[in-house]
Amino acid sequence: MSKLTSQRLLWPVAVLVALLVANLLANHSFLSITIQDGNLFGPLIDILRRAAPIVLVALGMSLVIATRGIDLSVGAVAAISGSWASMHIVSSSDRTSVGVVLVAVAVALVMAVVAGLFNGFLVSVVGVQPIVATLVLMTAGRGLAQVITNEKILYPDNAPGYKLIGGGYLIGVPFSILVAGAIFALTAALTRRTALGTLIESVGINPEASRLSGIRATRIILVVYVFSGFCAGLAGLMLTSNSTSADPNSIGLFIELDAILAVVIGGTALTGGRFSLWGTLIGAFIIETMNSFVVIAISPRSTDVFKAAVVVVVCLLQSPKARRWFGGLVRRPARRRTPPPTAPPASPDGTPPAGQPVPVPALDRATTQDLEARTS
Amino acid sequence: MSTTAAAPPSRRPLPRVLGRLGGYSQVATTVVLLAIMLAVGAGLYQNFTSPQALVDLLGKNAFLIPLAIGMTFVILSGGIDLSVGAVMALGSVIAATLLQQGWSAPAVIVAVLLSGTVLGTLVGTVISKFEIQPFIATLAAMFLARGLCLVITDRSITIKDALFRKVNLAHFNLFEAQVTNIRGRTRTVDVYTTPSVLIALGLVVVAFLVLHYTRFGRTVYAVGGSEPSASLMGLAVDRTKVMVYAISGFCAGLSGLLFSFYTASGDPVAGIGYELNAIAAVVIGGTLLSGGAGYVFGSVLGVLTLGTIYAYKEFDGNLNTGWTRILIGVLVLFFIVLQRVIASRRWAR
Repeated sequence: MSKLTSQRLLWPVAVLVALLVANLLANHSFLSITIQDGNLFGPLIDILRRAAPIVLVALGMSLVIATRGIDLSVGAVAAISGSWASMHIVSSSDRTSVGVVLVAVAVALVMAVVAGLFNGFLVSVVGVQPIVATLVLMTAGRGLAQVITNEKILYPDNAPGYKLIGGGYLIGVPFSILVAGAIFALTAALTRRTALGTLIESVGINPEASRLSGIRATRIILVVYVFSGFCAGLAGLMLTSNSTSADPNSIGLFIELDAILAVVIGGTALTGGRFSLWGTLIGAFIIETMNSFVVIAISPRSTDVFKAAVVVVVCLLQSPKARRWFGGLVRRPARRRTPPPTAPPASPDGTPPAGQPVPVPALDRATTQDLEARTS
Repeated sequence: MSTTAAAPPSRRPLPRVLGRLGGYSQVATTVVLLAIMLAVGAGLYQNFTSPQALVDLLGKNAFLIPLAIGMTFVILSGGIDLSVGAVMALGSVIAATLLQQGWSAPAVIVAVLLSGTVLGTLVGTVISKFEIQPFIATLAAMFLARGLCLVITDRSITIKDALFRKVNLAHFNLFEAQVTNIRGRTRTVDVYTTPSVLIALGLVVVAFLVLHYTRFGRTVYAVGGSEPSASLMGLAVDRTKVMVYAISGFCAGLSGLLFSFYTASGDPVAGIGYELNAIAAVVIGGTLLSGGAGYVFGSVLGVLTLGTIYAYKEFDGNLNTGWTRILIGVLVLFFIVLQRVIASRRWAR
């Protein structure tokens, strides 16, 4: 939790708190949590439950963005996995059987992993820009989902086992929250308790240098896209299970944008090189809390305008140039403070900015820019 | 674009401009591909390549052409514009709403084009001035435009204006052709096209002239080729970047107008995913996604290719819509891998 109070997360947390207060003003029973039939109910629980798929997708997206990539295909991958699982359940003879649901879930997740592998292969082995490589699956994936369901909307609603994933409860807590929480904990442990997180960030800062220093960058890029695919597949299962219907055209539509937004709001810059899982979590909560506020207090139709405003404000807050422009309005240390151009080359790493762990000796900004220019 | 591009580790830097040969060979590939697809269609369905069906490839997708052209400018300069589909919808909604409130048609046309241009200029300014990635800035513009559409109206508005109706129904007869119908009877029919197609083709010509015969056009290529170099050469990089997004906004507004001519309505949920179609058309047309190389003409061929894929679906009612999407994805994949192959081969030389 010490990370939560660090400066980087200050703004996102402040925005979240402000939104919660706004919600409370609009709806006085906003914070009330009741227990019915041993299960938790309340507006806050609803927000958490609706945020669960976004959290999942955004977790995968954080790691992808940390490697300086992006995964636009997550919505389509969610559609593939949700459609396939629904199709399998609907077309099976016994929908209540646990075995059918397990097979549906397992195969759907395998398909999602294969989709991630495809993205990862294009990016790391073939060397296609991530935005383009994942665009392929973003277009074709939804088509695949349509082919799977034969252009029908499926209703796998009377399969209790499947219903559990997105709409069910376990020990009183919505199952989807538990799943998202578990994946979050697992990701945090794997990236922050092992060297994996640092390796991912170093690949994002400079893939070539990482490779030369003995990091298998290709494999790491492959792994993050596979993980992103897996998370998207899981989110697809949640979405179809919760809405009790599977329409290949609308499962996870625009979830890639929400996920990218959550990551960016959480303070992970799209330029890669670092990520904050807590920030992503808070970012996802901000999006859902904002949706809930706009729906209650203003009108559901204006959610997009608010989203646009939030994106603009957050991006301007993150842009060093904009901050200089609005000079003095926002006083925060720049994320990657560049040493002055006249700095002696003997100490290219300079001193890391205060209050921020720098995993790899920070690259000279000029070098990074040059690299970006050359590799793009 | 430059910022989201991950360089795979073992890859050597890409040559900045593939050069004329690379560009033309890709456009040639597109032509061959289009011919093959038309031949396959002609083999499968009767009258697939009848003169009217060929002309309709343009007619039914006329509003996609401005989107693809605007996107070509942006991608040539090394950026990307995700807002075009939403701005197109906004254009059609503004047109329908203003006409409903009794504005005259010419004033409405000016207002729509202006609002697209202004939005594009704003996005371009944010991108160049505050160094925000095009991807995220245009994403915000997409939310904003789509949100404004829904704030203005949540349902489709029918256009009853006389001029818009007239354009909607107007036909220009091009030539006469012999057509054989299903029963084997042959008759002579007029092959016609619509004003929208002429407007779109006019835009293509203007875009071609601007890109190849003006200082601004060459600067767009230079900026896309290498921004630092363009900057060092003293080219107005910032102004060029603002202008390409302004052009893209203008084109999206125009596309909204063509869309409202075509459907005689303004629809707030129109054009969802059209940014992908526009990007796909540009990629299939052989424009390098990292910027600096490509042709407007290629993008028009890209639109025709997409049109042919949609025509498959129109000629075969049983075809799952999913296959059209998969086919588009496969084509995009083919072209980006081709771009990589050409790039690495030229590098090796």
